[in-house]
Amino acid sequence: MNFDFSDEQKQMRDEARKFLSEQCPPKAVREVLDGKAPYDKALWKGLAEMGFLGVAIPEQFGGAGAGHLELCVIAEEMGRALAPVPFSSTVYLAAEAILIAGSDAQKQKWLPKIASGDAIGTLALFEGKGNPSPKAVKVTANGGVLNGVKKPVADGAIADFAVVAARTGSSGRESDISLFIVDLKAGGVEVKSLTNIDLTRGQAEITFKDAKAEPLGPAGEGWSVITQVLDRAAVLTAFEQVGGADRALEMGRDYALDRIAFGRPIGSFQAVKHMLADMYVSATLARSNCYYGAWALSTNAGELPEAAAAARISATQAFQHCAKNNIQVHGGMGFTWEFDCHMYYRRANAVALGLGSLSYWEDALIDRMRKKNAA
Amino acid sequence: MNFDDTPQEAEFRAVARKWIAANAPKEFEEELSKSSLGRIRLAKHDMVEVGKAWQKKKAEGGWACLHWPREYGGRGATPIERVIWQQEEGVYGKLTQPFQIGEGMCGPTVMAWGSEDAKRRYLPKLASGEEIWCQLFSEPSAGSDVAGLRTRAEKKGDNWVVNGQKIWTSGAHYSDYGLLIARTDPNVPKHKGLTMFFLDMKSPGVEVRPIKQANGMQEFNEVYFTDVVIPDSQRLGAVGEGWSVSLTTLMNERMSIGSRLATGVPEMFEFCSNLMLEDGLAIDDPAVRSKLASWAVKASGLKYTSYRAISALSKGERPGPENSIGKLVSGLMLQDIATYAMDLEGAAGSLTGADEEQANGQFQQMLLSSPSMRIAGGTDEILRNIIAERVLGLPGDIRVDKDVPYNKIPTKGR
Repeated sequence: MNFDFSDEQKQMRDEARKFLSEQCPPKAVREVLDGKAPYDKALWKGLAEMGFLGVAIPEQFGGAGAGHLELCVIAEEMGRALAPVPFSSTVYLAAEAILIAGSDAQKQKWLPKIASGDAIGTLALFEGKGNPSPKAVKVTANGGVLNGVKKPVADGAIADFAVVAARTGSSGRESDISLFIVDLKAGGVEVKSLTNIDLTRGQAEITFKDAKAEPLGPAGEGWSVITQVLDRAAVLTAFEQVGGADRALEMGRDYALDRIAFGRPIGSFQAVKHMLADMYVSATLARSNCYYGAWALSTNAGELPEAAAAARISATQAFQHCAKNNIQVHGGMGFTWEFDCHMYYRRANAVALGLGSLSYWEDALIDRMRKKNAA
Repeated sequence: MNFDDTPQEAEFRAVARKWIAANAPKEFEEELSKSSLGRIRLAKHDMVEVGKAWQKKKAEGGWACLHWPREYGGRGATPIERVIWQQEEGVYGKLTQPFQIGEGMCGPTVMAWGSEDAKRRYLPKLASGEEIWCQLFSEPSAGSDVAGLRTRAEKKGDNWVVNGQKIWTSGAHYSDYGLLIARTDPNVPKHKGLTMFFLDMKSPGVEVRPIKQANGMQEFNEVYFTDVVIPDSQRLGAVGEGWSVSLTTLMNERMSIGSRLATGVPEMFEFCSNLMLEDGLAIDDPAVRSKLASWAVKASGLKYTSYRAISALSKGERPGPENSIGKLVSGLMLQDIATYAMDLEGAAGSLTGADEEQANGQFQQMLLSSPSMRIAGGTDEILRNIIAERVLGLPGDIRVDKDVPYNKIPTKGR
């Protein structure tokens, strides 16, 4: 057993950390936070040049062909830096969907553009309130065109294309759902930006009116692909969450060492120490669950569905816990716009919902554990 | 990143599995697999006797204290081989409970600080289970603040004479030897006046009294010392160096990772899968599922944290204090799970009669026992301090007694 990343993978993590600390300091994140840009274009270009966008895309499709363990270590750093770029929508969702279900021609068309930073992609799944469910998909696909409304769509306003879940049948079964690729710059597509709690990552509403759509994967197999994509994205997002949780913990720790009250550093008071210790515990449990998820993802193991749900739940809880208590450790200063604490708090709580909320994944985990126990 | 055995590990596993299949006491397999959560019950046999028999057989086959050198009764195995053995030993590992303090703490301390003669005399018999060891650290007024202990050892010629009292000593009533820390100089600050010894628990003047615990059971003891004589040859480390020696003991406790930590989660999962509530199975209830999922990810998080520590160990890195999270997380979780399992049973959840108990009464038992999980071997609060100070680098507590001679430290609050 070697339950750790390799030296090469750790080196890649160090490279990513160095790159992001230079190219994505909090000041850069604030440009997007303050609405001066919809995302950090220079950073996006830089990530492409570093080969990070295509790290898990095979070489024949313009990527680095490294693998998903490498993508996990980069994801952790993206979360740590709160990188204000459409990385998760493009790389974890759109690229994974195309890798799983795309034809050779579709892979040739989109994956090189993703790796080079020339195409931003996303997954258009949700239609209003609620968690992922085939029943909630109302957008219809008929005669090669889509009709209906998707919201929220992560990074929808800046995306070039979307993988869209649409209804192609009415049997009431999962097989009613099929996937399509839609060029969002083409006719029949209306995109409207939506405000959301995480000002560093955009959300949008996309309306399709006879929008041209190309099938992705066989008709009727859309939901099965969605489930796989969500599981894979859950592991990758969990690494982002662990990166964010660790950073929030560090910020709290550093402030507790620095801030003096009652004549001593506040980090010498047990009430504060124990709060930080508990943050460390949740971040550590999440990291370990994530490692298992990374193993399952990279080997495409049968354990992936259970491992992904566990990583997702654990990382969601850890990031929320650390971001919230980081503000608490900072006291009043933590509640100012000027301090960065709120950026982590916002991200922690928005990212907790993006792939389906905590209760959705808790439900999924119990179902998957039961299935395993029954087997 | 992989879970695969290397060819050598696979071979080791195959040999271990074959040996266990041929030698394990299969007559106890069912009973052992049912006795969960660290509470081992054998209806018709004495646990210690059954444990000793298994330990002896293991020692004869070369499977006891695997990571110890051969000359001291071990196998010279690697950390990974030890973990593989534990995985293969499975339910029979529960029989090792009486030997865990000796193997995990007393033995390594003797190994690090004892004379060659002492090592050859005591370690092989400790390894084979022929002699059981206990640890005599805590006192009535020295729990978390163990360096504040009062038991006195005074030098008389080539011997030491010990007077005082220890408490919370697991297994003292069946132990042959004990690792004892005592105060040899009360005129210096508390950490500086301590010395470590080991002694024969059958020595004149040693009296073991069982403690009736809050859960009604008797697993721990008080140990009284009245003019107990210990030869100076049974001192471990220099006079006044007892605190440093005790840190070796405690560090070795952390090395015993991959140990069998009960979380209560598998038991709770099974319980909820079978418990019929008014509207159906408990496990189909969204509130139950949410709690179960949160506990399940804590349990899996602990499991994979220990795998990470094992991987570090196999690369020759020392596991650090971050392993303190195991007991911190599982202790409270056991208590919460027990409370919730009983809650699901309604008013009948409180009943403990043999006819009433669901799931063998294990949750009621767990409820009553779990407070000790959060206290023994470092309270939750001490563990949080360890994480905060040694992992996160936060300042230590202000210690008002740090530089005060021990005999000038106040002993009463009001």
